[in-house]
Amino acid sequence: MLDFIQQFVSGTALGCVYGLIALGFVLIYKATEVVNFAQGELMMVGGFFVFTFIGLLGLNYWIGFALAVLGMAAFGMVTERLIIRPILGYPQFSIVMATIGLGYFLRSLAGMIWGTDDLKIDTPFSDGVLKIGDLVLAHDKLSVIVATLILCVVLYFFFLKTRMGTAMRATSENMLAAYYMGIPVKTVVSLIWAISAAVACCAGVLLAPITFIHSNVGLALGLKAFPAAVLGGFGSIPGALVGGVIIGVLETMAGFYLAQGWKDVVPYLVLLAVLLLKPAGLFGLQLRKKV
Amino acid sequence: MRFTFKTDYDQDIRIVKHGGYVWSYGVLLALLALAPFVLSSYLQSQMVFVFIYAIVGVALMILTGFTGQASIGHAAFLAIGAYTAGYMQSKGIPFVVYFPLAAVLTGGIGVIVGFPALRLHGIYLVIATIAFGLIVEEVLARWESVTHGNEGMRVKALDILGWVMPRDGAAFYVLTLLTLVGVLVVALNLLRSPTGRAFIAIRDSETAAKSMGIDLAGYKVKSFAISAAITGLAGALFAHKMSFISPEMFTLLLSIEFIMVIIIGGAFGLHGAVMGAVFMVMIDPVLTELKDGLPGAAGRFFGMAGMKGAIYGLIIMMFILFEPLGLYGRWLKIKLFFQLFPLYKKATFKRQKTYVKSERNR
Repeated sequence: MLDFIQQFVSGTALGCVYGLIALGFVLIYKATEVVNFAQGELMMVGGFFVFTFIGLLGLNYWIGFALAVLGMAAFGMVTERLIIRPILGYPQFSIVMATIGLGYFLRSLAGMIWGTDDLKIDTPFSDGVLKIGDLVLAHDKLSVIVATLILCVVLYFFFLKTRMGTAMRATSENMLAAYYMGIPVKTVVSLIWAISAAVACCAGVLLAPITFIHSNVGLALGLKAFPAAVLGGFGSIPGALVGGVIIGVLETMAGFYLAQGWKDVVPYLVLLAVLLLKPAGLFGLQLRKKV
Repeated sequence: MRFTFKTDYDQDIRIVKHGGYVWSYGVLLALLALAPFVLSSYLQSQMVFVFIYAIVGVALMILTGFTGQASIGHAAFLAIGAYTAGYMQSKGIPFVVYFPLAAVLTGGIGVIVGFPALRLHGIYLVIATIAFGLIVEEVLARWESVTHGNEGMRVKALDILGWVMPRDGAAFYVLTLLTLVGVLVVALNLLRSPTGRAFIAIRDSETAAKSMGIDLAGYKVKSFAISAAITGLAGALFAHKMSFISPEMFTLLLSIEFIMVIIIGGAFGLHGAVMGAVFMVMIDPVLTELKDGLPGAAGRFFGMAGMKGAIYGLIIMMFILFEPLGLYGRWLKIKLFFQLFPLYKKATFKRQKTYVKSERNR
């Protein structure tokens, strides 16, 4: 039982990271119907930013964290402006390929700039553990869960209560109608990319003490965020997080209880099963085409 | 500019539109056949990879370019073809049997993948094929009795009824060239048949195709099967060319390279598959040349680890942003420019841009 709880917590922590990456996909997908295959790479770049600020420049953890998030937000906006905006409206597959190309490029570039070694940063959560009876929970994993919860609440209120959040929801409902209503759609889309990149950056920073920072970390985690997003229904924000947690827990449990090899396959089997049996996912809306 | 005067309805679907093509492609084929006597062994071996990539490119072109079903899982089909060849050869089955059998088996797997794919479209299909590729990769690593797992598997030299073809030899080069030509002829014939026309109709509009009485499910599965079978053939050749296969060769990145082949070549014609393959494979020698040829810092810049990946990424973004029709599209533009000189209009190839079209309500 103790093992189970232990595995459950680390699975949830991993799942939160998947959920945060999936959240990034979903934000962008809802607004522009672009699926950003480079989301994992944005997370990886965020991790490297933090390494630069904290590991190399020796800044305080929180200041470095904030600077990295701001930096990534700017990075997301620039990416949207340079690569996505010119091809918006082209067939979806072209856009997907462009983001795959972007991911390829960022991965190699990060390897060239920061090297291909595993990098590590010291965080306030690196070593501590929380003991409840016999249960030992590492601080780094708990910090991921807590931070994800905080981020969710912040985003929830942002989308529900602020003017810009409402504009973003309107844009994702119907871009053309939003444009007619006087919403600056281009700025809104830019800001959505900024938020998405910032969320990815948070995921990268939170993950840094657990898996280290490495130029290939984005590919592996970014791919696993797809099952999370699909399981949650591709256009649903709470769905992405719930899907992420389910995938993370399933993967960790499979790694613990099943034979070797299942761990890496389980998320994709879940993905295929969901696509075949319930393509709308857990929280997705089943929209019907009007004729 | 040449105008073909049509006197017969069959001229519309003839493979060779006019005599000029016989000459130009004949000369190209003759040059390619002579290449092994001229090229260095390194370039000759790169050419074999060009042919293998082009075969996969044609397969993907049929599926993605003509039927409109995206797949980022073709490395898995290549792997199935390669492992079939390797395993059957080690069991003493002759090449003439296992070569077609690799195609049949991979085609069968293609059908199995194709059926679930019927319910998916667009982005979901892309994700599902990625998942399929990753699952196959994991199965190859774990099914040790057949694949020897991560240790990999040696593949002996190709042997056609006692005629041994070493992987660096001219005979192997000619065999891959002939396979490519054969695959191209099959694809050309397929595309002018009712099946090929149905594929194109499905790509352009599923609703329209369906209302014209095309069996969507049947043709999509056929497209998957044909594409997978051709990739299986390429896989068998790939196994012999590499002489050693292991699961980490058939990763997602290889699938992406295959997709890049058709995007860079231009995803609307078979020429594109071949041109894209030439481009993708020849980046390596060009990079090596730049690394060694340029002096000092410039040379070191091109020699940096990861340079190839960065260039791949940059190239793919550049093509989608600035030349969505790919190399073949560029070639057509240049050709038309000279044919119409000085009356060429840029708008001829203008791509229609739509206001973000929702795929959510499909």
